[in-house]
Amino acid sequence: MSGVMKRMGMIFRAKANKALDRAEDPRETLDYSYQKQLELLQKVRRGVADVATSRKRLELQLNQLQGQSAKLEDQGRKALALGREDLAREALSRRASLQQQVSDLEVQHQTLQGEEEKLTLAAQRLQAKVDAFRTKKETIKATYTAAQAQTRIAESFSGISEEMSDVGLAIQRAEDKTAQLQARAGAIDELLASGALDDQSGLGSKDDIQAELDRLSGGTDVELELQRMKAELAGGPAAQQQAIEGGAQGNGQQPQAPHRFDKQ
Amino acid sequence: MIVRIMGEGQVEVADSHFPELNKLDDELLAEMEGGDEDGFRRTLGALLDAVRRLGTPLPDDALEPSELILPAADAGLDEVREMLSDDGLIPG
Repeated sequence: MSGVMKRMGMIFRAKANKALDRAEDPRETLDYSYQKQLELLQKVRRGVADVATSRKRLELQLNQLQGQSAKLEDQGRKALALGREDLAREALSRRASLQQQVSDLEVQHQTLQGEEEKLTLAAQRLQAKVDAFRTKKETIKATYTAAQAQTRIAESFSGISEEMSDVGLAIQRAEDKTAQLQARAGAIDELLASGALDDQSGLGSKDDIQAELDRLSGGTDVELELQRMKAELAGGPAAQQQAIEGGAQGNGQQPQAPHRFDKQ
Repeated sequence: MIVRIMGEGQVEVADSHFPELNKLDDELLAEMEGGDEDGFRRTLGALLDAVRRLGTPLPDDALEPSELILPAADAGLDEVREMLSDDGLIPG
């Protein structure tokens, strides 16, 4: 039995819900959010490509230096054969300084390779998250469409919105919003942790090597992220899943509110 | 809980008063459904009085959603029945 007060309140809320739903279709919001995630993923991938490019450039430089070094060694040997020890000494000392550069570059190359692997891993993880969001999004959209159809059926029978359908829509909308926000926050966390967001701002004004060096000096964040990822892997897939599905649980409170004015 | 009396504004009523208000409210619904115009007028008056007596008025600039809504004091039985059917209170 529901009194006049409650029924009028319900109708008000139902109408307000409808007005909101017209203004903002949660399905469009979800699709938009998914688009944004794809763009973020694209940025991370671009970051990976940038690092790979720099690594290749370093490899070319290394090859060149090693070629020069070999040439100097050859020259030194020839000079010595011709009895020009002074010339041989000069060639060998130049070679020594080249060798120093080579070993410096080799260290950089190694670090860069490690960085590239970490970024690739971050990109893969983000990809998995985006995939999970897409699945969840399609489920929510299907549920929303079904709820909408139910509301229409109820409306055509009774002439007013059935109370439960509208409460269902409100929950749905809240769930959509939460999932969207969580997904967005998750993606941004991911990007910040991987350093890809910083990359974007740095690349325009600095050269590649400088950008790499900057990235290397920020390596501790990546280390932390790596630690976190390792811990997460050890903890099983449950932790990752939760980030996306938290929306459904978080809204467990939502349906409580209408029940408060239920009458016995 | 926040109750709006249409045309008058909002009052905040403590949950402890609801058994009393619900009794009147259920009576009101029964009279509306039974078409008892006199009973409806009497009960609506009593219900509105009780809400005003038990509740504290909210300031005019308060932005709180009403959890319960009551028809205006001069609302007729047919008018209320109309509001509870058809398209409801906000058209569309």
